[in-house]
Amino acid sequence: MQEKIATREAYGKTLAEIGSDPRIVVMDADLSKSTKTDIFKKKYPERFFNMGIAEANMMAAAAGIASCGKVVFASTFAMFASGRAFEQVRNSICYPQLNVKIGASHSGLTVGEDGASHQTIEDIALMRVIPNMTVVSPADAVEARHATIAAYKTPGPFYLRLTRLAVPVIFDESYKFELGKGVTLREGNDVAIIATGLMVSKAIEAADILKREGINARLINIHTIKPIDRDIIIKAATETGAIVTCEEHNIIGGWVVLWLRFWWKPALFR
Amino acid sequence: MDEKRLNELRKYSTIIRRHIIEAVYNAKSGHPGGSLSSADIMTVLYFNEMRVDPKNPAWEDRDRFVLSKGHCSPALYAALAEKGFFPVEELSKFRHIDSFLEGHPSMRYVPGVDMSTGSLGQGISAAVGMAIAGKLDKKDYYVYAMLGDGEIQEGQVWEALMAASHYKLNNLIAFLDYNHLQIDGNITEVMSPEPVIDKIRAFGWNVITIDGHDFMQISNAVCEAKKSKDKPTMIIAETIKGKGVSFMENKADWHGSPPNKEQRDQAIAELDAILAGLEGE
Repeated sequence: MQEKIATREAYGKTLAEIGSDPRIVVMDADLSKSTKTDIFKKKYPERFFNMGIAEANMMAAAAGIASCGKVVFASTFAMFASGRAFEQVRNSICYPQLNVKIGASHSGLTVGEDGASHQTIEDIALMRVIPNMTVVSPADAVEARHATIAAYKTPGPFYLRLTRLAVPVIFDESYKFELGKGVTLREGNDVAIIATGLMVSKAIEAADILKREGINARLINIHTIKPIDRDIIIKAATETGAIVTCEEHNIIGGWVVLWLRFWWKPALFR
Repeated sequence: MDEKRLNELRKYSTIIRRHIIEAVYNAKSGHPGGSLSSADIMTVLYFNEMRVDPKNPAWEDRDRFVLSKGHCSPALYAALAEKGFFPVEELSKFRHIDSFLEGHPSMRYVPGVDMSTGSLGQGISAAVGMAIAGKLDKKDYYVYAMLGDGEIQEGQVWEALMAASHYKLNNLIAFLDYNHLQIDGNITEVMSPEPVIDKIRAFGWNVITIDGHDFMQISNAVCEAKKSKDKPTMIIAETIKGKGVSFMENKADWHGSPPNKEQRDQAIAELDAILAGLEGE
């Protein structure tokens, strides 16, 4: 059976891995066991700050720490990171372009049992509209590790969309991650399935079913939502004539809308 | 602080007030009331207390200042310009479309501004972060912040106060510019934050109360705050909104309105008279 790991798990482990850099500071809002920042905390307790259930303060304090030359990872659930603290993210982090990385776990619908109050289907919309923000939604644990390292290495604000659910590991150690570049997982010209986050593994299942029915689907993983890889999408639209998108998000304001609005040309579609 | 030094500070604060009036008049918009109430504290900080280097605004070991009540940028810009962070002439372009001196300060564009502020309640949190970073790096710098009294109606301020005492940030010194007025009127009528002293003390802070227009008291309070072993300090400064311009004093309407030509002339005449008096001493 395929191994399953939650992207938040990979995030926590990667923080502990890159934590040897003394510039790295990790903050959490009383959810370190859930966001997995506790893995970092155990290794580097002096650079871990629990800010309590006070997300607005955490985000602006993260900005203050970052202004002193640190790389700050601030973590909480996606609902609170993107929703409750939206304006702190906008004004204290993104406007001054400070080096704060938001590790937002429990995004999407797959917090399941927690119910609708915690199911975040708006965060892509909220975070991608803020100037200077980069938004990445990794598909599996391997990609989440790469994305966390990319966040660490890329100056400026960064939103990492992570999930609670353990998802199949798709990529192996040879996987090359490039920020802003989509990844073609399967070639095919009958239809293109473009997915992000944990919907990528679901899209692989869908492509397998189609294959059995004689339909060759091109499968594309869009891990970076902003900046979006418009080339890979336009190419897929041109060459297949049909696109199906999968994201664990409200279609209003999701990444799909992002490319539809600017680049969709009806002539590209059969 | 001897009489000569006090006289110098009086001159600086009057010049800063002059800049505030001119900047807001030229911009035809801005916030004179709270800028004038905070001008004396700003003067003492930048000309007597803070360790800053105008030639090296990003100096790692500098003291930080966060204007949490960011709309009072005219006072901050005037202090920074007089200190030498940028040419005084720039002040006349305050709030103009081609100027880096926006209505609310941006750390990206204004030398000497340590944090972009304007949305109330956020600056004090950023100051908490800077104080945490100072502790982490074992630096001896202080982080100063200035809050408005209306601003403390924001819930985030209390989150920040809680975090500052939790992390024992004795390197954080905040001022509350307690001028009792906000846009819609007296703060106790709009939404009373009283009892302010008890509340801030209950959040684990040292509290010092002073007359925010008395240079000696401001300086002594900073000196006292620096003796704190394990608590952040809030200096509650009783101030007068519009201080220094007779017709602006204690009037909420001057929170965010510019003077007209006649009012500008009168304000400048009053301030020039004070300056002339100081020159004579």
